[in-house]
Amino acid sequence: MSKTSGNFNRTQYRLGFWLLLAPIVLWLSLLIILPHIDMVLVSLRERIASREYAFSFGNYTAFFTEPLYWNTFVRTAVMSIVATVMTLIIAFPVSFYIAKVLTGRPRIALFILCLLPFWVSELVRTYGWMILLRETGLISGALQWFGLADQPVEMLYNDVAIMVGLIYTSMLFMVVPLVTTLDSLDNSLIEAGYDLGGSSFHVMRSIVIPHAMPGIMSGCIVVFMLTLGNYLTPTLLGGKSSLWFTEQIYTQFITRFNWEQGAAFGILLLILSSLIVWLGLKITRQSFTRVMS
Amino acid sequence: MIPSIPSSRFFRVSYLSYVTLFFIFLITPLVVVAAFSFNDALFPSLPWNGFTWDWYLGKGDPRLGLFHDNALLDSIGVSVQVAIVTTMASLALATCNAFLFEREQFPGKNFLYVLMLMPLVIPGVILGVSILVFSSTVANWFEVQFGIEIEALRPGLVLVTLGQFAFLTTIATLVISARLRKFDITQEEAAMNLGASRLTAIATVTLPFLKPALFGAGVVAFLMSFENFNTTLMLVGSDAPLTIAMFDRLREGSTPVLNAVSVLLMVGSACLALVSLFVQRPAKP
Repeated sequence: MSKTSGNFNRTQYRLGFWLLLAPIVLWLSLLIILPHIDMVLVSLRERIASREYAFSFGNYTAFFTEPLYWNTFVRTAVMSIVATVMTLIIAFPVSFYIAKVLTGRPRIALFILCLLPFWVSELVRTYGWMILLRETGLISGALQWFGLADQPVEMLYNDVAIMVGLIYTSMLFMVVPLVTTLDSLDNSLIEAGYDLGGSSFHVMRSIVIPHAMPGIMSGCIVVFMLTLGNYLTPTLLGGKSSLWFTEQIYTQFITRFNWEQGAAFGILLLILSSLIVWLGLKITRQSFTRVMS
Repeated sequence: MIPSIPSSRFFRVSYLSYVTLFFIFLITPLVVVAAFSFNDALFPSLPWNGFTWDWYLGKGDPRLGLFHDNALLDSIGVSVQVAIVTTMASLALATCNAFLFEREQFPGKNFLYVLMLMPLVIPGVILGVSILVFSSTVANWFEVQFGIEIEALRPGLVLVTLGQFAFLTTIATLVISARLRKFDITQEEAAMNLGASRLTAIATVTLPFLKPALFGAGVVAFLMSFENFNTTLMLVGSDAPLTIAMFDRLREGSTPVLNAVSVLLMVGSACLALVSLFVQRPAKP
Protein backbone atom coordinates (compact mmCIF):
# COMPACT_ATOMS: atom_id res chain seq x y z
CA MET A 1 0.00 0.00 0.00
CA SER A 2 1.28 3.45 -0.84
CA LYS A 3 1.77 6.10 1.75
CA THR A 4 -0.97 8.39 0.47
CA SER A 5 -3.66 5.76 0.73
CA GLY A 6 -2.51 5.11 4.31
CA ASN A 7 -3.00 8.76 5.08
CA PHE A 8 -6.35 8.79 3.40
CA ASN A 9 -7.44 5.85 5.50
CA ARG A 10 -6.30 7.66 8.56
CA THR A 11 -8.32 10.82 7.88
CA GLN A 12 -11.32 8.72 6.96
CA TYR A 13 -10.82 6.87 10.21
CA ARG A 14 -10.66 10.11 12.23
CA LEU A 15 -13.77 11.40 10.53
CA GLY A 16 -15.48 8.13 11.42
CA PHE A 17 -14.46 8.60 15.02
CA TRP A 18 -16.01 12.06 15.24
CA LEU A 19 -19.15 10.83 13.53
CA LEU A 20 -19.44 8.11 16.18
CA LEU A 21 -18.68 10.48 19.02
CA ALA A 22 -21.14 13.23 18.05
CA PRO A 23 -24.42 11.33 18.59
CA ILE A 24 -23.51 9.94 22.02
CA VAL A 25 -22.33 13.36 23.19
CA LEU A 26 -25.55 14.95 21.93
CA TRP A 27 -27.67 12.27 23.59
CA LEU A 28 -25.93 12.43 26.96
CA SER A 29 -25.67 16.21 27.10
CA LEU A 30 -29.14 17.10 25.82
CA LEU A 31 -31.16 14.36 27.52
CA ILE A 32 -29.18 13.55 30.66
CA ILE A 33 -26.62 16.13 31.76
CA LEU A 34 -28.20 19.49 30.85
CA PRO A 35 -31.68 18.48 32.13
CA HIS A 36 -30.21 17.53 35.49
CA ILE A 37 -28.15 20.72 35.72
CA ASP A 38 -31.25 22.69 34.84
CA MET A 39 -33.20 20.83 37.51
CA VAL A 40 -30.59 21.81 40.11
CA LEU A 41 -30.85 25.44 38.98
CA VAL A 42 -34.64 25.40 39.14
CA SER A 43 -34.56 23.83 42.60
CA LEU A 44 -32.35 26.68 43.81
CA ARG A 45 -34.68 29.51 42.89
CA GLU A 46 -37.82 31.04 44.27
CA ARG A 47 -40.60 32.79 42.43
CA ILE A 48 -40.91 36.40 43.59
CA ALA A 49 -43.20 37.66 40.86
CA SER A 50 -44.53 36.36 37.56
CA ARG A 51 -41.49 35.23 35.52
CA GLU A 52 -39.14 36.69 38.10
CA TYR A 53 -36.99 34.45 40.23
CA ALA A 54 -34.38 34.90 42.94
CA PHE A 55 -31.72 32.53 44.21
CA SER A 56 -32.81 30.76 47.37
CA PHE A 57 -32.42 27.60 49.41
CA GLY A 58 -36.08 27.92 50.37
CA ASN A 59 -37.16 24.70 48.65
CA TYR A 60 -34.60 22.69 50.58
CA THR A 61 -35.34 24.32 53.92
CA ALA A 62 -39.04 23.64 53.29
CA PHE A 63 -38.15 19.97 52.98
CA PHE A 64 -36.41 19.89 56.34
CA THR A 65 -38.95 22.00 58.20
CA GLU A 66 -42.12 20.34 56.90
CA PRO A 67 -42.47 17.01 58.77
CA LEU A 68 -44.71 15.48 56.07
CA TYR A 69 -42.00 15.77 53.39
CA TRP A 70 -39.27 14.59 55.68
CA ASN A 71 -41.27 11.63 57.00
CA THR A 72 -42.31 10.54 53.52
CA PHE A 73 -38.69 10.62 52.44
CA VAL A 74 -37.42 8.50 55.33
CA ARG A 75 -40.38 6.15 55.05
CA THR A 76 -39.73 5.59 51.34
CA ALA A 77 -36.04 4.90 51.98
CA VAL A 78 -36.69 2.49 54.87
CA MET A 79 -39.43 0.60 53.05
CA SER A 80 -37.23 0.33 49.95
CA ILE A 81 -34.41 -1.17 52.01
CA VAL A 82 -36.79 -3.62 53.70
CA ALA A 83 -38.25 -4.60 50.32
CA THR A 84 -34.77 -5.16 48.90
CA VAL A 85 -33.70 -7.37 51.80
CA MET A 86 -36.95 -9.37 51.69
CA THR A 87 -36.62 -9.85 47.94
CA LEU A 88 -33.10 -11.19 48.46
CA ILE A 89 -34.20 -13.56 51.23
CA ILE A 90 -37.09 -14.92 49.18
CA ALA A 91 -35.17 -15.13 45.90
CA PHE A 92 -31.94 -16.70 47.15
CA PRO A 93 -33.22 -20.23 47.92
CA VAL A 94 -35.15 -20.28 44.65
CA SER A 95 -32.12 -19.15 42.65
CA PHE A 96 -29.97 -21.73 44.41
CA TYR A 97 -32.52 -24.41 43.56
CA ILE A 98 -32.52 -23.44 39.89
CA ALA A 99 -28.75 -23.04 39.61
CA LYS A 100 -27.51 -25.93 41.75
CA VAL A 101 -30.19 -28.51 42.52
CA LEU A 102 -31.82 -28.82 39.10
CA THR A 103 -30.10 -29.90 35.92
CA GLY A 104 -30.96 -30.12 32.23
CA ARG A 105 -34.41 -29.32 30.91
CA PRO A 106 -36.35 -28.73 34.17
CA ARG A 107 -33.74 -26.18 35.07
CA ILE A 108 -34.14 -24.17 31.86
CA ALA A 109 -37.93 -24.51 32.08
CA LEU A 110 -38.05 -23.21 35.64
CA PHE A 111 -35.71 -20.34 34.83
CA ILE A 112 -37.91 -19.27 31.92
CA LEU A 113 -40.98 -19.62 34.18
CA CYS A 114 -39.27 -17.18 36.53
CA LEU A 115 -38.85 -14.61 33.75
CA LEU A 116 -42.35 -15.06 32.35
CA PRO A 117 -44.34 -12.65 34.55
CA PHE A 118 -41.93 -9.86 33.72
CA TRP A 119 -42.72 -9.85 30.06
CA VAL A 120 -46.07 -8.46 31.16
CA SER A 121 -46.45 -4.83 32.14
CA GLU A 122 -46.00 -3.84 35.78
CA LEU A 123 -49.46 -2.34 35.59
CA VAL A 124 -51.03 -5.72 34.81
CA ARG A 125 -49.13 -7.43 37.63
CA THR A 126 -50.22 -4.78 40.12
CA TYR A 127 -53.77 -5.08 38.84
CA GLY A 128 -53.59 -8.81 39.58
CA TRP A 129 -52.68 -8.07 43.17
CA MET A 130 -55.52 -5.57 43.44
CA ILE A 131 -58.01 -8.23 42.36
CA LEU A 132 -56.52 -10.67 44.87
CA LEU A 133 -56.32 -8.35 47.84
CA ARG A 134 -59.38 -6.12 47.60
CA GLU A 135 -62.39 -6.45 49.86
CA THR A 136 -64.36 -8.36 47.24
CA GLY A 137 -61.23 -10.13 46.10
CA LEU A 138 -60.08 -13.72 46.00
CA ILE A 139 -58.10 -13.94 49.23
CA SER A 140 -60.91 -12.33 51.21
CA GLY A 141 -63.35 -14.74 49.54
CA ALA A 142 -61.15 -17.74 50.30
CA LEU A 143 -60.82 -16.75 53.96
CA GLN A 144 -64.61 -16.53 54.29
CA TRP A 145 -65.10 -19.82 52.50
CA PHE A 146 -62.73 -21.58 54.88
CA GLY A 147 -64.51 -19.93 57.79
CA LEU A 148 -61.44 -17.97 58.86
CA ALA A 149 -63.30 -14.68 58.52
CA ASP A 150 -66.99 -13.96 58.88
CA GLN A 151 -67.05 -10.81 56.77
CA PRO A 152 -65.10 -9.42 53.79
CA VAL A 153 -61.56 -8.42 54.72
CA GLU A 154 -59.95 -5.39 53.10
CA MET A 155 -56.31 -6.20 52.46
CA LEU A 156 -55.58 -3.41 50.04
CA TYR A 157 -54.38 0.08 51.02
CA ASN A 158 -51.89 -0.79 53.73
CA ASP A 159 -48.14 -1.17 54.03
CA VAL A 160 -48.18 -4.94 53.74
CA ALA A 161 -49.97 -4.71 50.40
CA ILE A 162 -47.39 -2.20 49.16
CA MET A 163 -44.60 -4.48 50.35
CA VAL A 164 -46.04 -7.56 48.60
CA GLY A 165 -46.41 -5.60 45.37
CA LEU A 166 -42.89 -4.19 45.54
CA ILE A 167 -41.31 -7.58 46.26
CA TYR A 168 -43.29 -9.21 43.47
CA THR A 169 -42.30 -6.53 40.96
CA SER A 170 -38.61 -6.70 41.93
CA MET A 171 -38.23 -10.48 41.89
CA LEU A 172 -36.84 -10.80 38.35
CA PHE A 173 -34.03 -8.31 38.96
CA MET A 174 -32.85 -10.39 41.90
CA VAL A 175 -33.31 -13.90 40.49
CA VAL A 176 -31.43 -13.34 37.21
CA PRO A 177 -28.12 -12.06 38.65
CA LEU A 178 -28.29 -14.63 41.49
CA VAL A 179 -28.81 -17.58 39.14
CA THR A 180 -26.00 -16.33 36.89
CA THR A 181 -23.41 -16.05 39.67
CA LEU A 182 -24.50 -19.24 41.49
CA ASP A 183 -24.30 -21.06 38.19
CA SER A 184 -20.63 -20.16 37.86
CA LEU A 185 -19.81 -21.75 41.24
CA ASP A 186 -18.14 -25.13 40.78
CA ASN A 187 -20.04 -27.90 42.59
CA SER A 188 -16.77 -29.52 43.65
CA LEU A 189 -16.07 -26.51 45.86
CA ILE A 190 -19.27 -27.19 47.80
CA GLU A 191 -18.42 -30.88 48.01
CA ALA A 192 -14.93 -30.05 49.23
CA GLY A 193 -16.45 -27.87 51.94
CA TYR A 194 -18.49 -30.85 53.18
CA ASP A 195 -15.56 -33.25 52.85
CA LEU A 196 -13.53 -31.01 55.10
CA GLY A 197 -16.24 -31.34 57.74
CA GLY A 198 -18.18 -28.10 57.23
CA SER A 199 -21.85 -27.97 58.17
CA SER A 200 -24.48 -26.80 55.65
CA PHE A 201 -24.59 -23.43 57.37
CA HIS A 202 -20.83 -23.12 57.31
CA VAL A 203 -20.53 -24.09 53.63
CA MET A 204 -23.23 -21.58 52.78
CA ARG A 205 -21.58 -18.81 54.72
CA SER A 206 -17.96 -19.28 53.70
CA ILE A 207 -18.24 -20.69 50.17
CA VAL A 208 -21.57 -20.00 48.47
CA ILE A 209 -22.39 -16.51 49.70
CA PRO A 210 -18.89 -15.03 49.14
CA HIS A 211 -18.95 -16.42 45.62
CA ALA A 212 -22.44 -15.03 44.93
CA MET A 213 -21.59 -11.58 46.33
CA PRO A 214 -21.32 -9.77 42.97
CA GLY A 215 -24.73 -11.14 41.97
CA ILE A 216 -26.27 -10.31 45.36
CA MET A 217 -24.90 -6.79 45.12
CA SER A 218 -26.02 -6.02 41.59
CA GLY A 219 -29.44 -7.53 42.33
CA CYS A 220 -29.81 -5.45 45.48
CA ILE A 221 -28.72 -2.21 43.80
CA VAL A 222 -31.13 -2.61 40.89
CA VAL A 223 -34.01 -3.67 43.14
CA PHE A 224 -33.39 -0.82 45.56
CA MET A 225 -33.33 1.77 42.81
CA LEU A 226 -36.43 0.47 41.11
CA THR A 227 -38.29 0.34 44.42
CA LEU A 228 -37.24 3.83 45.46
CA GLY A 229 -38.30 5.25 42.10
CA ASN A 230 -41.50 3.21 41.88
CA TYR A 231 -44.70 5.17 41.55
CA LEU A 232 -47.26 2.72 40.29
CA THR A 233 -47.21 0.00 42.93
CA PRO A 234 -47.37 2.24 46.03
CA THR A 235 -50.08 4.41 44.47
CA LEU A 236 -52.33 1.56 43.39
CA LEU A 237 -51.81 -0.83 46.31
CA GLY A 238 -51.35 1.78 49.01
CA GLY A 239 -54.04 4.22 47.95
CA LYS A 240 -54.14 7.47 49.86
CA SER A 241 -52.08 6.13 52.75
CA SER A 242 -49.11 5.11 50.64
CA LEU A 243 -46.99 8.26 51.25
CA TRP A 244 -44.32 7.46 48.68
CA PHE A 245 -41.76 10.12 47.82
CA THR A 246 -42.24 9.89 44.06
CA GLU A 247 -45.88 10.79 44.67
CA GLN A 248 -44.72 13.99 46.37
CA ILE A 249 -42.68 14.80 43.27
CA TYR A 250 -45.66 14.12 41.04
CA THR A 251 -47.96 16.22 43.22
CA GLN A 252 -45.57 19.19 43.24
CA PHE A 253 -45.06 19.07 39.48
CA ILE A 254 -48.42 18.14 38.07
CA THR A 255 -51.05 18.94 40.71
CA ARG A 256 -49.65 22.00 42.46
CA PHE A 257 -47.51 23.22 39.58
CA ASN A 258 -44.76 24.10 42.07
CA TRP A 259 -41.84 23.06 39.87
CA GLU A 260 -39.20 24.62 42.11
CA GLN A 261 -40.23 22.48 45.08
CA GLY A 262 -40.65 19.39 42.90
CA ALA A 263 -37.19 19.85 41.39
CA ALA A 264 -35.69 20.06 44.88
CA PHE A 265 -37.45 16.81 45.82
CA GLY A 266 -36.16 15.19 42.65
CA ILE A 267 -32.58 16.18 43.45
CA LEU A 268 -32.94 14.88 47.03
CA LEU A 269 -34.24 11.53 45.81
CA LEU A 270 -31.43 11.33 43.27
CA ILE A 271 -28.84 12.07 45.98
CA LEU A 272 -30.35 9.42 48.26
CA SER A 273 -30.36 6.76 45.59
CA SER A 274 -26.80 7.54 44.41
CA LEU A 275 -25.58 7.58 48.00
CA ILE A 276 -26.99 4.18 48.83
CA VAL A 277 -25.75 2.66 45.56
CA TRP A 278 -22.29 4.13 46.27
CA LEU A 279 -22.31 2.81 49.85
CA GLY A 280 -23.34 -0.64 48.66
CA LEU A 281 -20.48 -0.69 46.14
CA LYS A 282 -17.98 0.58 48.73
CA ILE A 283 -18.95 -1.97 51.38
CA THR A 284 -18.61 -4.90 49.01
CA ARG A 285 -15.71 -3.38 47.01
CA GLN A 286 -17.39 -3.76 43.63
CA SER A 287 -16.90 -1.52 40.63
CA PHE A 288 -19.87 0.33 39.19
CA THR A 289 -19.15 -0.66 35.57
CA ARG A 290 -18.85 -4.34 36.45
CA VAL A 291 -22.06 -4.48 38.45
CA MET A 292 -24.05 -2.70 35.75
CA SER A 293 -22.83 -4.82 32.83
CA MET B 1 -27.88 -28.97 49.39
CA ILE B 2 -26.69 -30.08 45.98
CA PRO B 3 -27.68 -33.49 44.57
CA SER B 4 -24.26 -35.03 45.22
CA ILE B 5 -24.52 -34.23 48.93
CA PRO B 6 -26.97 -36.44 50.86
CA SER B 7 -29.65 -34.53 52.72
CA SER B 8 -32.59 -35.51 54.86
CA ARG B 9 -35.94 -36.31 53.26
CA PHE B 10 -37.58 -33.64 55.38
CA PHE B 11 -35.17 -31.02 54.02
CA ARG B 12 -35.73 -32.03 50.40
CA VAL B 13 -39.52 -32.02 50.73
CA SER B 14 -39.68 -28.67 52.48
CA TYR B 15 -37.26 -27.14 49.98
CA LEU B 16 -39.36 -28.38 47.09
CA SER B 17 -42.56 -27.07 48.63
CA TYR B 18 -40.94 -23.68 49.19
CA VAL B 19 -39.98 -23.47 45.52
CA THR B 20 -43.48 -24.60 44.52
CA LEU B 21 -45.05 -21.93 46.72
CA PHE B 22 -42.76 -19.36 45.14
CA PHE B 23 -43.97 -20.22 41.67
CA ILE B 24 -47.59 -20.11 42.79
CA PHE B 25 -46.87 -16.63 44.16
CA LEU B 26 -45.34 -15.69 40.82
CA ILE B 27 -48.11 -16.97 38.59
CA THR B 28 -51.30 -16.31 40.60
CA PRO B 29 -51.74 -12.58 39.85
CA LEU B 30 -51.49 -13.19 36.11
CA VAL B 31 -53.86 -16.16 36.15
CA VAL B 32 -56.34 -14.14 38.17
CA VAL B 33 -56.24 -11.19 35.77
CA ALA B 34 -56.77 -13.49 32.80
CA ALA B 35 -59.57 -15.47 34.45
CA PHE B 36 -61.62 -12.43 35.41
CA SER B 37 -61.64 -11.14 31.85
CA PHE B 38 -64.19 -13.91 31.24
CA ASN B 39 -66.33 -13.28 34.31
CA ASP B 40 -69.91 -12.27 33.59
CA ALA B 41 -69.99 -9.35 36.06
CA LEU B 42 -69.51 -5.60 35.92
CA PHE B 43 -66.52 -5.59 38.24
CA PRO B 44 -63.44 -7.83 38.30
CA SER B 45 -64.29 -9.40 41.63
CA LEU B 46 -66.07 -12.39 43.17
CA PRO B 47 -68.60 -13.99 42.91
CA TRP B 48 -68.01 -15.91 39.70
CA ASN B 49 -71.10 -15.42 37.53
CA GLY B 50 -70.22 -17.61 34.59
CA PHE B 51 -68.35 -17.31 31.35
CA THR B 52 -68.71 -14.45 28.85
CA TRP B 53 -66.93 -12.92 25.86
CA ASP B 54 -68.53 -9.52 26.59
CA TRP B 55 -65.31 -7.88 27.79
CA TYR B 56 -63.76 -8.55 24.42
CA LEU B 57 -66.73 -8.27 22.05
CA GLY B 58 -69.40 -6.31 23.95
CA LYS B 59 -70.90 -3.58 21.77
CA GLY B 60 -72.15 -0.87 24.11
CA ASP B 61 -72.37 0.57 27.61
CA PRO B 62 -72.17 -0.74 30.26
CA ARG B 63 -70.61 -3.78 28.67
CA LEU B 64 -68.24 -2.12 26.26
CA GLY B 65 -65.77 -4.76 25.09
CA LEU B 66 -62.13 -4.18 24.24
CA PHE B 67 -62.57 -4.39 20.48
CA HIS B 68 -65.24 -1.68 20.52
CA ASP B 69 -63.63 0.56 23.12
CA ASN B 70 -62.15 3.24 20.87
CA ALA B 71 -60.39 5.13 23.67
CA LEU B 72 -58.42 2.03 24.64
CA LEU B 73 -57.74 1.02 21.04
CA ASP B 74 -56.46 4.53 20.26
CA SER B 75 -54.13 4.44 23.24
CA ILE B 76 -52.74 1.10 22.05
CA GLY B 77 -52.09 2.79 18.68
CA VAL B 78 -50.28 5.67 20.41
CA SER B 79 -48.15 3.22 22.40
CA VAL B 80 -47.20 1.26 19.30
CA GLN B 81 -46.18 4.44 17.44
CA VAL B 82 -44.06 5.68 20.32
CA ALA B 83 -42.48 2.24 20.81
CA ILE B 84 -41.56 1.87 17.12
CA VAL B 85 -39.92 5.30 16.89
CA THR B 86 -38.11 4.86 20.21
CA THR B 87 -36.85 1.40 19.29
CA MET B 88 -35.52 2.48 15.89
CA ALA B 89 -33.80 5.57 17.28
CA SER B 90 -32.24 3.80 20.24
CA LEU B 91 -31.01 0.88 18.08
CA ALA B 92 -29.34 3.31 15.66
CA LEU B 93 -27.58 5.24 18.40
CA ALA B 94 -26.73 2.10 20.36
CA THR B 95 -25.00 0.58 17.32
CA CYS B 96 -22.88 3.73 16.96
CA ASN B 97 -22.07 3.60 20.67
CA ALA B 98 -21.09 -0.05 20.50
CA PHE B 99 -18.61 0.70 17.67
CA LEU B 100 -17.29 3.69 19.59
CA PHE B 101 -16.66 1.77 22.81
CA GLU B 102 -15.43 -1.47 21.27
CA ARG B 103 -13.31 -0.15 18.40
CA GLU B 104 -11.97 3.28 19.33
CA GLN B 105 -9.40 4.31 21.86
CA PHE B 106 -9.59 7.89 23.05
CA PRO B 107 -8.89 9.89 26.19
CA GLY B 108 -11.84 10.01 28.58
CA LYS B 109 -13.30 6.77 27.25
CA ASN B 110 -13.91 5.29 30.69
CA PHE B 111 -15.51 8.49 31.87
CA LEU B 112 -17.82 8.52 28.86
CA TYR B 113 -18.68 4.86 29.49
CA VAL B 114 -19.69 5.59 33.08
CA LEU B 115 -21.77 8.55 31.87
CA MET B 116 -23.40 6.26 29.33
CA LEU B 117 -24.45 3.91 32.17
CA MET B 118 -25.95 6.77 34.20
CA PRO B 119 -29.50 6.54 32.79
CA LEU B 120 -29.75 3.09 34.41
CA VAL B 121 -29.32 4.49 37.91
CA ILE B 122 -31.57 7.53 37.52
CA PRO B 123 -35.09 6.72 38.74
CA GLY B 124 -37.57 6.96 35.85
CA VAL B 125 -39.69 9.63 37.53
CA ILE B 126 -36.66 11.90 37.93
CA LEU B 127 -35.49 11.32 34.37
CA GLY B 128 -38.94 12.37 33.19
CA VAL B 129 -39.08 15.39 35.46
CA SER B 130 -35.62 16.63 34.48
CA ILE B 131 -36.44 16.43 30.77
CA LEU B 132 -39.73 18.21 31.45
CA VAL B 133 -37.95 21.04 33.27
CA PHE B 134 -35.20 21.41 30.67
CA SER B 135 -37.47 21.30 27.64
CA SER B 136 -39.74 23.96 29.04
CA THR B 137 -36.73 26.12 29.91
CA VAL B 138 -35.65 25.86 26.26
CA ALA B 139 -39.20 26.45 25.02
CA ASN B 140 -39.60 29.53 27.26
CA TRP B 141 -36.27 30.90 26.08
CA PHE B 142 -37.33 30.61 22.44
CA GLU B 143 -40.63 32.22 23.26
CA VAL B 144 -39.06 35.20 25.02
CA GLN B 145 -36.17 35.69 22.56
CA PHE B 146 -37.85 35.07 19.22
CA GLY B 147 -41.52 34.90 20.01
CA ILE B 148 -41.70 31.36 18.60
CA GLU B 149 -43.76 28.75 20.40
CA ILE B 150 -42.25 25.29 19.93
CA GLU B 151 -45.09 22.88 20.56
CA ALA B 152 -42.81 19.82 20.53
CA LEU B 153 -41.05 20.93 23.69
CA ARG B 154 -44.27 21.00 25.72
CA PRO B 155 -45.56 17.79 27.34
CA GLY B 156 -46.66 15.41 24.61
CA LEU B 157 -45.63 12.43 22.55
CA VAL B 158 -42.35 13.97 21.33
CA LEU B 159 -41.14 14.37 24.89
CA VAL B 160 -42.41 10.90 25.83
CA THR B 161 -40.40 9.45 22.96
CA LEU B 162 -37.28 11.41 23.94
CA GLY B 163 -37.62 10.40 27.59
CA GLN B 164 -37.89 6.70 26.79
CA PHE B 165 -35.12 6.96 24.20
CA ALA B 166 -32.84 8.48 26.87
CA PHE B 167 -32.64 5.30 28.94
CA LEU B 168 -33.46 2.58 26.38
CA THR B 169 -30.33 3.54 24.42
CA THR B 170 -28.16 2.50 27.37
CA ILE B 171 -29.76 -0.93 27.56
CA ALA B 172 -29.49 -1.45 23.80
CA THR B 173 -25.84 -0.31 23.87
CA LEU B 174 -24.98 -2.91 26.52
CA VAL B 175 -26.61 -5.73 24.51
CA ILE B 176 -25.05 -4.76 21.17
CA SER B 177 -21.58 -4.07 22.67
CA ALA B 178 -21.54 -7.52 24.25
CA ARG B 179 -22.10 -9.09 20.83
CA LEU B 180 -19.64 -6.84 19.00
CA ARG B 181 -16.95 -7.80 21.53
CA LYS B 182 -17.19 -11.41 20.29
CA PHE B 183 -16.72 -10.42 16.66
CA ASP B 184 -13.43 -11.47 15.09
CA ILE B 185 -12.17 -8.27 13.48
CA THR B 186 -10.01 -10.18 10.97
CA GLN B 187 -13.20 -11.03 9.08
CA GLU B 188 -13.74 -7.35 8.46
CA GLU B 189 -10.10 -6.92 7.47
CA ALA B 190 -10.44 -9.83 5.04
CA ALA B 191 -13.38 -8.10 3.38
CA MET B 192 -11.34 -4.92 3.08
CA ASN B 193 -8.37 -6.83 1.63
CA LEU B 194 -10.73 -8.19 -0.97
CA GLY B 195 -11.48 -4.64 -2.02
CA ALA B 196 -14.45 -3.61 0.08
CA SER B 197 -14.45 -0.14 1.60
CA ARG B 198 -14.70 0.11 5.35
CA LEU B 199 -18.40 0.94 5.24
CA THR B 200 -19.19 -1.89 2.82
CA ALA B 201 -17.27 -4.29 5.04
CA ILE B 202 -19.25 -3.20 8.09
CA ALA B 203 -22.56 -3.36 6.22
CA THR B 204 -21.96 -6.79 4.69
CA VAL B 205 -19.91 -8.57 7.37
CA THR B 206 -20.22 -6.94 10.78
CA LEU B 207 -23.87 -5.89 10.81
CA PRO B 208 -25.16 -9.35 9.80
CA PHE B 209 -23.09 -10.75 12.66
CA LEU B 210 -24.77 -8.28 15.02
CA LYS B 211 -28.27 -9.16 13.80
CA PRO B 212 -29.31 -11.40 16.71
CA ALA B 213 -28.19 -8.75 19.20
CA LEU B 214 -29.95 -6.02 17.23
CA PHE B 215 -33.11 -8.08 17.20
CA GLY B 216 -32.88 -8.97 20.89
CA ALA B 217 -32.20 -5.37 21.89
CA GLY B 218 -35.04 -4.25 19.63
CA VAL B 219 -37.55 -6.59 21.27
CA VAL B 220 -36.47 -5.51 24.75
CA ALA B 221 -36.58 -1.83 23.81
CA PHE B 222 -40.00 -2.19 22.20
CA LEU B 223 -41.46 -3.95 25.23
CA MET B 224 -39.89 -1.58 27.73
CA SER B 225 -41.12 1.41 25.78
CA PHE B 226 -44.60 -0.07 25.48
CA GLU B 227 -44.75 -0.80 29.20
CA ASN B 228 -42.95 2.28 30.45
CA PHE B 229 -44.88 4.17 33.06
CA ASN B 230 -42.71 6.36 35.28
CA THR B 231 -40.97 8.50 32.66
CA THR B 232 -44.06 8.63 30.47
CA LEU B 233 -46.29 9.80 33.32
CA MET B 234 -44.24 12.98 33.75
CA LEU B 235 -44.02 13.87 30.06
CA VAL B 236 -47.43 12.90 28.75
CA GLY B 237 -49.71 15.48 27.14
CA SER B 238 -53.23 15.00 25.83
CA ASP B 239 -52.59 11.76 23.87
CA ALA B 240 -52.31 9.02 26.46
CA PRO B 241 -50.30 5.86 25.73
CA LEU B 242 -51.86 2.61 26.92
CA THR B 243 -50.18 2.41 30.34
CA ILE B 244 -51.38 5.91 31.24
CA ALA B 245 -54.91 5.25 29.96
CA MET B 246 -55.07 1.99 31.94
CA PHE B 247 -53.72 3.67 35.07
CA ASP B 248 -56.39 6.38 34.93
CA ARG B 249 -59.14 3.78 34.57
CA LEU B 250 -57.71 1.61 37.33
CA ARG B 251 -57.86 4.46 39.78
CA GLU B 252 -61.45 5.23 38.91
CA GLY B 253 -62.39 1.57 39.14
CA SER B 254 -63.24 -0.02 35.85
CA THR B 255 -65.10 -2.92 34.26
CA PRO B 256 -63.22 -6.14 33.38
CA VAL B 257 -62.39 -4.59 29.99
CA LEU B 258 -59.02 -3.85 31.62
CA ASN B 259 -58.56 -7.57 32.19
CA ALA B 260 -59.21 -8.10 28.50
CA VAL B 261 -56.51 -5.53 27.60
CA SER B 262 -54.16 -7.28 30.01
CA VAL B 263 -54.79 -10.63 28.32
CA LEU B 264 -54.08 -8.98 24.97
CA LEU B 265 -50.78 -7.65 26.37
CA MET B 266 -49.85 -11.09 27.73
CA VAL B 267 -50.55 -12.71 24.37
CA GLY B 268 -48.56 -9.99 22.60
CA SER B 269 -45.58 -10.36 24.94
CA ALA B 270 -45.67 -14.14 24.65
CA CYS B 271 -45.62 -13.91 20.84
CA LEU B 272 -42.67 -11.50 20.95
CA ALA B 273 -40.86 -13.80 23.38
CA LEU B 274 -41.42 -16.83 21.13
CA VAL B 275 -40.28 -14.94 18.03
CA SER B 276 -37.14 -13.70 19.75
CA LEU B 277 -36.32 -17.19 21.05
CA PHE B 278 -36.78 -18.52 17.53
CA VAL B 279 -34.62 -15.85 15.90
CA GLN B 280 -31.83 -16.02 18.44
CA ARG B 281 -31.55 -19.79 18.61
CA PRO B 282 -29.32 -20.43 15.55
CA ALA B 283 -26.85 -17.84 16.80
CA LYS B 284 -26.10 -19.86 19.92
CA PRO B 285 -23.30 -22.38 19.61
